[in-house]
Amino acid sequence: MSWAWVGVAPFFVFAVLFLILPTAHLVVGSFQDADGRFTFANIVHLFTPQIVSSFWITIQVSAYSAIGGAIIGLLLAYAGVMGGLPKWVRPVLMTFCGVAPNFAGIPLAFAFLATLGRTGLVTAFLFNTFGFKLYDHGFNITSFWGLVLAYLYFQIPLMVLILVPALDGLKREWREASDILGGGAWHFWRYVAIPILWPSLAGTTVLLFANAFGAVATAYGLMGSGINLVTIMLFAQIRGDVLHDQNLGYAIALGMVVITVLSNLIYIVLRARTKRDLR
Amino acid sequence: MAFLEIAELQKTFGGNRVVQDFNLAVEKGEFISFLGPSGCGKTTTLRMVAGFEQPDSGRISIGGKDVTALRANQRKIGMVFQSYALFPNMTVAENIAYGLKIAKRPRAEIKGRVEEMLALIKLPKLGDRYPSQLSGGQQQRVALARALSVNPEVLLLDEPLSALDAKIRIALREEIRAVQRKLGITTIYVTHDQEEALSISDRIVVMSDGRMEQVGTPFEIYNHPRTRFVASFVGTLSILRGEVLDAASGRVAIDGQEVFAARGLGHLETGRVQSFALRPEAVMLGAAVNGRNGLRGTIEQVSFLGSIIRIRVALRDNAVLLDALNNPGTPPPEFGSEVAVSFSRDDLLALEGESA
Amino acid sequence: MKRGRLVSWIIMALSAIYFFVPLACTFEFSLRLKRGTYSFAAYENVFNDYRFQESFLYSTTLSVATIIFGTLLVVPTAYWVQLKLPRIRPLVEFLTLMPLVIPAIILVFGYIRIYNSSSLLPMTSASWSTDTLLACSYITLALPYMYRAIDTGLQSIDVKTLTEAAESLGARWPSILFGVILPNLRVAIVSSAFLTFATVIGEFTIASLLDRPAFGPYLQLIGANRAYEPSALAVITFLVTWGCMGVIQLLGRGRKGGVAPTAY
Repeated sequence: MSWAWVGVAPFFVFAVLFLILPTAHLVVGSFQDADGRFTFANIVHLFTPQIVSSFWITIQVSAYSAIGGAIIGLLLAYAGVMGGLPKWVRPVLMTFCGVAPNFAGIPLAFAFLATLGRTGLVTAFLFNTFGFKLYDHGFNITSFWGLVLAYLYFQIPLMVLILVPALDGLKREWREASDILGGGAWHFWRYVAIPILWPSLAGTTVLLFANAFGAVATAYGLMGSGINLVTIMLFAQIRGDVLHDQNLGYAIALGMVVITVLSNLIYIVLRARTKRDLR
Repeated sequence: MAFLEIAELQKTFGGNRVVQDFNLAVEKGEFISFLGPSGCGKTTTLRMVAGFEQPDSGRISIGGKDVTALRANQRKIGMVFQSYALFPNMTVAENIAYGLKIAKRPRAEIKGRVEEMLALIKLPKLGDRYPSQLSGGQQQRVALARALSVNPEVLLLDEPLSALDAKIRIALREEIRAVQRKLGITTIYVTHDQEEALSISDRIVVMSDGRMEQVGTPFEIYNHPRTRFVASFVGTLSILRGEVLDAASGRVAIDGQEVFAARGLGHLETGRVQSFALRPEAVMLGAAVNGRNGLRGTIEQVSFLGSIIRIRVALRDNAVLLDALNNPGTPPPEFGSEVAVSFSRDDLLALEGESA
Repeated sequence: MKRGRLVSWIIMALSAIYFFVPLACTFEFSLRLKRGTYSFAAYENVFNDYRFQESFLYSTTLSVATIIFGTLLVVPTAYWVQLKLPRIRPLVEFLTLMPLVIPAIILVFGYIRIYNSSSLLPMTSASWSTDTLLACSYITLALPYMYRAIDTGLQSIDVKTLTEAAESLGARWPSILFGVILPNLRVAIVSSAFLTFATVIGEFTIASLLDRPAFGPYLQLIGANRAYEPSALAVITFLVTWGCMGVIQLLGRGRKGGVAPTAY
């Protein structure tokens, strides 16, 4: 018995030092002023326009990339699993989706800049071939939508990875039962498949949301401080560039933790639901 | 013209001929079983009738209307699957209402119809349950109600009982037959269980290797199997190989002992080796009297099965099975003893296509 | 049926365009340093840049340290939890999943505040101790999938029987752990090692906030100052990622239960 506890002790020491303490420190710090006295001032300061808008923009980027990733991921998983394509398509798709999410951060930003940046190849191609000036039509890779487009590069494959097993769980007989009762593809998806997939679809979307919400590197590599994301603001704050108020920084971190923890709780609830429905 | 007509159906999967030359005319209200081992093409044929598979060639018509090119959702067919295939996200009532909802029937009509169906399958109080809260037998009854709710012209059942326990299987097959009789619905029932097929069908189609072996009533199939396959698959039979001595009178020699076969053997030449089927319940212990066929052999095996005793009598190369009724006053014959057995000449059936 | 297949092909084709065009463009872009001709000049510049060599070596060293110490931390824990302490399993699983819930930037924020030069454990005061802190951060990042890969690996080899067999032969626990358990976990450990490497090699946020000369911050620096070299670096990083994942796929094919789940 004692050996076992000695064996797991390093892990718990590590967890306390690098997971529990830092998180607790931030939570406590958000309710303290510079001299360590209890205050709600930091939380109140969170509601200044600049911080509120940064939270809002981050939420929007995360939500659009999560929902976009979910929809496209669903279509892609469907095409790969049930689309009647040759057998080799599926393993290729799965392998690619296993790799693509690991190609994120600064290099991903570089790739999108080289493709759709002002001098990017696709931008140049559109102009040279069709005389179409992409940047005169409101597009900019270093913008809100540009960032969403880049985030999709890791959001879509993540969705596919999680959805393919879920689609495998849809029995062929359900589709046939729906068909023989007079239903078409629409009826099957509307009344059977989507309701069955819904919990895992929604749960995964929430997970993608949290995933995008905590991301820093891709956005930073794409546009530096050019977008008011809360992670970028926190990044700058830690580096001492802005907001010379340490405890306000704690409060921002607390706000982020609240959002990611909530997302994960929703995910857990939805996961439990999926399992119960399909037991 | 028959209600459901299947003509010259052919189907290959990747070079494998899974169904060939399938022809069948089913009368309105008839209950037909497709019987055969797995891989014999019975399910594929059923799925072509349903519209889930396209035949390579051939024609399927229902009520005089050619449906070969129609999609499954336009054929007005009800289907019950082996795995129940109830929608897990819907209650029992919602499952039954599904087809009606798609057909955009008025709410009140759907409600009434669902209750009617629940009463039909004797589960009137379970409308609000989810499939996962029901037993397998209950789920399959719901699946039957769901298939029947839209008043289909043909009902297809694909091994509906094979996932269930033996006891429920028997009760449910009788229930299915009763419901089918009540509604008078034309039905095709796929099964690999010969007892199931014999007990509920009007007619049986025995299939093997994609071909129809024999079509007939359970009585005909059981008593007059036309091929060795039907004989061996439906019930337990002794297959005996004998040499034709005189085709006109039906005289043959089995391991050197002369007997007579049923029907004429007019088309067979003398000296040819031919297979014959003999049912165990047609054979009796004791010497032949009144012109019956008689054979002598050694008791090789005695199995006590309860109400009957199955005895295996070895001849020289062949063996005859015989079923004796259990009689508490007479103990079964002893292993190794010499016995005589007899049977009527009408019971020794020549099998088709069985030259050696 | 036919129409559905067409739609599937269209979805596949559009996705392929979305996923491959950036890669192709990046590669093409990286070859254009010399005007009017394709060349690997950008790659030469990168490979000859001493900062590339140093930062890549630094990140490689750091990821090796992360893998070694992470494995040493996780294997005994997973082993004893499975063998002797199943009741603390939910707690351990919760802790190993925490890094997926709390964004990395927030954890680093906490580290910097707790372990600053005037604290009880001044890890950021010297460069060697900051390196240690960075390695610990990376272990934290790797914890979710490392623990899962190894835990699954342990389940598939039936630790209990193996341990009892070794004990009955008179082995003591260090020799059980290193002589019996570890060799059987080879696939799980190597898979999670390569996944860790792929994650750590280009990591930017933490390295940058701890101000360490790692490969991620170097990438960012070049991105801000050069035109073609960033594309060359992106291609190199992509090849490293594919290489790592390729090894994992190959390993996973040979044996079941050894494949690491994805980094997220």
